Amino acid sequence: MHGLVNRAVECFVRDTYSADNWRAVAQAAALDSAEFEAMLRYPDAVTQKVLVALVAQVGLDQSTLLEDIGTYLVSHPNAEAVRRLLRFSGVSFLDFLHSLDDLPARARLAVPDLDMPSLELYDHGAHSFSLTVRHDVAGFGYVMMGILRTMADDYGALAILDLVDSTAGMEIIQIQLVEMTFTDGRSFALGAAKS
Amino acid sequence: MTIFNPLPTLGAPLDVLCPMHVVLSSTGHIRHAGPTLAKIRTDALVGKRFLEVFELRRPRNVHTMRQLLDMHGSKLHMRFRDAPHTALQGVVVTLPEGEGAVVNLSFGISILEAVGTYDLTSADFAATDMAIEMLYLVEAKSAAMEASRTLNHRLQAAKVAAEEQAYTDTLTGLKNRRALDHILPRMIEAGKGFTLMQMDLDRFKAVNDTLGHAAGDFVLQQVARILVDEIRDSDDAARLGGDEFVLLFQGTIPTDVLKTIAARIIERIEVPMDFKGQACTISASLGIISGDRYCQQTAEELLIKADQALYFCKENGRGQFAFYDEGKMSNVIKGEGG
Repeated sequence: MHGLVNRAVECFVRDTYSADNWRAVAQAAALDSAEFEAMLRYPDAVTQKVLVALVAQVGLDQSTLLEDIGTYLVSHPNAEAVRRLLRFSGVSFLDFLHSLDDLPARARLAVPDLDMPSLELYDHGAHSFSLTVRHDVAGFGYVMMGILRTMADDYGALAILDLVDSTAGMEIIQIQLVEMTFTDGRSFALGAAKS
Repeated sequence: MTIFNPLPTLGAPLDVLCPMHVVLSSTGHIRHAGPTLAKIRTDALVGKRFLEVFELRRPRNVHTMRQLLDMHGSKLHMRFRDAPHTALQGVVVTLPEGEGAVVNLSFGISILEAVGTYDLTSADFAATDMAIEMLYLVEAKSAAMEASRTLNHRLQAAKVAAEEQAYTDTLTGLKNRRALDHILPRMIEAGKGFTLMQMDLDRFKAVNDTLGHAAGDFVLQQVARILVDEIRDSDDAARLGGDEFVLLFQGTIPTDVLKTIAARIIERIEVPMDFKGQACTISASLGIISGDRYCQQTAEELLIKADQALYFCKENGRGQFAFYDEGKMSNVIKGEGG
């Protein structure tokens, strides 16, 4: 797994729970170092061990935690870069949904060896969509749920999300877009990146 | 003759395709400005002369509408005469029937500043414009670069720490002082017999000074090779720095065997070494102390005593070895053997 993924989990635990909680997780998962390097690669088993330790540490089930990680990635101030990069994908939530297919390619422009899940959006009409999330490792579907839910808020859209199928290799999220401009959403300025 | 009025036919499509275009009259006055240009210059552009609003930077010699029309199809670099003096690039095309011209503008590389200065949004760019993708890339690459930089800093620090903890002398591949500081006390503590030889090169400084550091490094590496050759796998050779070496021999070794080893080391080191056609001639002096007889000593005391024997050699003409013996040196000139 790419270090960015592991690092995201680490920062989620530090920022959402506490540094002590992360130390406990790192210890329980028998990590060599308590800090992941965002630009290195780690065996997939490491991520799995961290998630198992995290479930035991905070007492939530894994799917809830994965969705919380997705939410964290696009809402926490420490992860603002991720939210901004996603907002570049589209001017509205609908536009954003349609751009999801390109997201792995977009991510690879910045980090060529990032093995993101492949994403495919199907438009069923009447503002109903389904998103297929494919990756060797199951669980990315829940992370995407968190990301989509929070990005809908970010754009000010109202959407109902449902993970209908989560098997290893392929997960499917159903998306019902209720209203495009439910609230004003969060502002996004092209040139507002902190330097 | 019907008057060709390009505005109704051109303006609306151009607003979508090129939101930063201006339509110029034959006199060089702005008749229409695209929506993004109109947004970034709130005082009305329409009615002003194009060359009054924009200063051409490249080519510089364009001062009249006639000269501007002559630039048909070429790339132009300009900036606003008023602050903020945002740099722009563009291209001018002349309209038929002498109806003026259309200039299409773009931010070019000044896009990064411009989005901040004018609070631009996606809607301000043509759908085909790569500006948004470029802004995305700049941010994404900056974030990735920052992560890489952090990693590099940490790796650098880890490398320095690893070097500090290393037991190997990187130049010669022998053990280093740290390694010796680790091994020697353990040998003393083990209480089994061992012998320590402290060795200094003679005339090494001359090689360094006359033939340069590369020659000096070469000599040190050759010496290291000789030392490794002359000791057994169970023994240790270390370079303490400069041209100072220490050899540690395991077990009790008869004095005449030690003499033979020391004499052979000196003899081999004295064979001139060829460095890029230059002969490097050096020698070595050795101070020897038996760990069996001085097993109550600390590592530091042993090294000091070996050093005393070594200096005794140096004072007596170099290229020699001597055994430390209760304060008086039993000086043995090399080659004489037992």
